[in-house]
Amino acid sequence: MEYEVVIGLEVHAELATQSKIYCNCTTEFGGDPNTHCCPICMGMPGVLPVLNKKVVEYAIKAGLATNCRIAAFSKQDRKNYFYPDLPKAFQTSQYDLPLCYDGHVDVEVDGLVKKIGITRIHIEEDAGKLLHDAWSGDTLIDYNRGGVPLIEIVTEPDMRSAEEVRAFFEKLKAILEYTGVSDCKMQEGSLRADVNLSVRPKGQAEYGTRTEMKNLNSIRAIVRAVESEAKRQISEIEYGGMIVQETRRWDDAKGESYSMRSKEEAHDYRYFPEPDLCPIEVDENWMKDIQASIPELPDARRKRYIQDYGIPEYDASFITASKDLADFFEEAAKSGDNIKAISNWIMGDLSKKLNDNNLEPSQIPFCPEHLSKLVGLIDSNIISGKIAKQVFDFMWDTGKDPADIVEEKGLRVVTDTDAIRGVVLEVLQANPKTIEDIKKGKAKSIGFLIGQIMRETKGKADPQTVRSILTEELEKY
Amino acid sequence: MDLTQLTIMETAKKLREKEFSVSELVSAYLNRIQKHDASIGAYITVCSENAIQQAEAMQEKINANEDVPVLTGIPLGLKDNIVTRGLLTSCGSKMLSNFIPPYDATVVQKLQKNNAILLGKLNMDEFAMGNSNESSWYKPVKNPWDLERVSGGSSGGAAAAVASGMAGFALGTDTGGSIRQPASFCGVVGLKPTYGAVSRYGVVAFASSFDQVGPITRNVADCAVVMNAIAGHDPKDSTSADIEYPDYTAFLDQEIKGLKIGIPREYLQAGLTADVKQQVLKAAKSFEALGAVVTEVSLPLTEYAIPVYYLISSAEASSNLARYDGIKYGYRASEYEDIIDLYRKTRSEGFGTEVKRRIILGTYALSSGYYDAFYKKALKVRRLIYEDYKKAFDQVDLLLGPTVPTTAFKIGEKADNPLEMYLGDICTASVNIVGLCGISVPCGTDSQGLPVGLQLIGRPFDEGTLLKAAHAFEKVAVYHAMPEL
Ligand SMILES: [Zn+2]
Repeated sequence: MEYEVVIGLEVHAELATQSKIYCNCTTEFGGDPNTHCCPICMGMPGVLPVLNKKVVEYAIKAGLATNCRIAAFSKQDRKNYFYPDLPKAFQTSQYDLPLCYDGHVDVEVDGLVKKIGITRIHIEEDAGKLLHDAWSGDTLIDYNRGGVPLIEIVTEPDMRSAEEVRAFFEKLKAILEYTGVSDCKMQEGSLRADVNLSVRPKGQAEYGTRTEMKNLNSIRAIVRAVESEAKRQISEIEYGGMIVQETRRWDDAKGESYSMRSKEEAHDYRYFPEPDLCPIEVDENWMKDIQASIPELPDARRKRYIQDYGIPEYDASFITASKDLADFFEEAAKSGDNIKAISNWIMGDLSKKLNDNNLEPSQIPFCPEHLSKLVGLIDSNIISGKIAKQVFDFMWDTGKDPADIVEEKGLRVVTDTDAIRGVVLEVLQANPKTIEDIKKGKAKSIGFLIGQIMRETKGKADPQTVRSILTEELEKY
Repeated sequence: MDLTQLTIMETAKKLREKEFSVSELVSAYLNRIQKHDASIGAYITVCSENAIQQAEAMQEKINANEDVPVLTGIPLGLKDNIVTRGLLTSCGSKMLSNFIPPYDATVVQKLQKNNAILLGKLNMDEFAMGNSNESSWYKPVKNPWDLERVSGGSSGGAAAAVASGMAGFALGTDTGGSIRQPASFCGVVGLKPTYGAVSRYGVVAFASSFDQVGPITRNVADCAVVMNAIAGHDPKDSTSADIEYPDYTAFLDQEIKGLKIGIPREYLQAGLTADVKQQVLKAAKSFEALGAVVTEVSLPLTEYAIPVYYLISSAEASSNLARYDGIKYGYRASEYEDIIDLYRKTRSEGFGTEVKRRIILGTYALSSGYYDAFYKKALKVRRLIYEDYKKAFDQVDLLLGPTVPTTAFKIGEKADNPLEMYLGDICTASVNIVGLCGISVPCGTDSQGLPVGLQLIGRPFDEGTLLKAAHAFEKVAVYHAMPEL
């Protein structure tokens, strides 16, 4: 039978505010355990929360950028449960009146545009972190992350494949980055997703029973978890089994998910309105100000790149997926004319370097002008394409100007005909057999000689000059 | 002259006239605590050394400038759910019997700015749950008028200390009557300010949407003086009202001629003893004599105040008290198998019966399947009760009635009957439900010589009218005595 996979996401993004949601503590990542804390975020007796207005602003920004409606009136609620990383034994969140609702994000998969519905976006606080000390067997608690503001973005069950999930998640990540709402550093846990997935026979109207996989913190993990869970559910049904509604834990190292004991999820959160906080009222003017502060979003930028720079759609999509990469590209394009070449370098060598070193585009170790300069050096025949790769490596390692690198390392293309002629003669003298072959009509062997000459000149000789001098000298035999 | 029998105003005047020093004053209070508190049980912690040190510093301030705040050098006590940095804040519970807070409540900072001197932390019902002070983990508070009787609660230590000359004034907290009821039982003045008038920052939460800090004093004028020190907007408390706060003492000597006072019919039918009813009606006559217009009004939903109060306050409490889990501070069970066992044992051993009763009640009311029938319905009725009062205040400026239907009962008398105890809140709880202000003023005694309290209820943020009327009444009322110890 053919099956259809139905997927919805709950995405948690840490907001890029300076301070926590209900106190003045810093949200900075890292720091010694329990140094970014105060009586309020430690849940001391008697403390009260005061909502950080920036949190509401950022959440509204995320809502507007994903075409949501913004509630003029919303409230915060307590979600009650016991866990040592939750100092108050309740998480302040939003239950029935979220700040943003009814939005959507357009994604493109295989050339088709698809609308993914956003059910709601609400604000809430993050919990601390438990650390297990393997030596003593103790569990230690670090409350630094406790009270860091989050938004939870809940989608409609609109995705039908891992590819759609990837496309949506990447688009959402780009939007959050562009708007500055979140730094989206997945390796620091500032962006993570829960996947809700069910399958049903193609054509069936009702949804199947869904499972949930929580806290996936890389795009790779999300995609793999979707693929694996879809396969698992289909084979379960194929073999006459039933899908149990449950939370499953994804083990990314093993590439498998496990059922969590139902006891762990038997929660009655006893939500009720947080009496220590007033309702959130958003007035029209404030919303207009926030709307005005939203920068150009990835879609608009992509269109502009195609139109203004004439780069292919593929390039434009690739580059605009990351705001930092797009900013880098735009800066580089300002000081160069061969935009397509700049784009190629970004999509090729630069992206590979970032991936290999597990770095974000914000961490590129040289400035955009240097990339366009590098392209300029190639285009004006000062270095060859091959040498350029070496120069690029030096730029990455030292952050130096490529022109300086070329001078320092003596990498400039040799166009001096006398010098090249000297090398040509040396090579000819050393290869009398090859000359004979050529004379007998084996033209291919010319390539071998050129290779020898280029090696002798360490690739710096201008290939065209080499070829014409070689032809000249061969005539003499 | 017994320095511990003076009001704040009298003490402040005599300090400036150098009739005695701040040190003498503080010593007099500390001596009295030492002599009598063993039999009353008002204090959980007495900080003598610090108070004696402070006394000298405050004397210097008075010597340097007579224009220092009125409260300069005045000794006070704080209910033990008001957070004090470096000083045990137990909430009358085993659970927090080792809790030394790292910060001060906003009201504590305000009193420090006003140069008042802290004598110690006052006994209370555990986590402010109770109205007899018998649920304190430490000890019950005995009524200074009759040591076999309860002080009332939950601010029993505060009321007893002020009534017995062991504190110049005290701060209590009132969630359903916890300032006014013990004030009534102990024959002192207790004001529950409008919700939002006094910061709750640093006040250990019982029921967040009801809790309010307020003064317990020997007379109404003192109450106004303390309000001047503690009321005001606090950016650290989101429910604190950002409005102009008046000089409360300015209302004291204003005329009450023409003031419209309503007696809720239902308040007089709330199981009042004959003595209480008689004293309250006598007080109403005094107001008429002072030129006020006294009429009868109706608050038909009065009987629902108790269930609404106990449902909502317990629901909030079940969440507010969840943080006492043995992980971060406070009591922790000594032996446990795993995290669930740690929670279970810590909370079973750390909380007393009344607190557990409320947590269970509140948890139940919020549970899925019961939320709509209990918590949500209670919120709806809360809204209706609000409308009831709003209608009443369209007709009158103040409401008048008993604070409590009875006078102080015997220790242990109602210990086995929590429901009967809860019914004692009938006239006070709705003031918290609606967020109004209310004051209890002594208005006589019953046949056994026990104090009866008169309650006046005012519109939100209209403490001025309340204080004005209470002050006018106090001047003509015969009753000013303090108990013989
Ligand atoms: Zn903090």
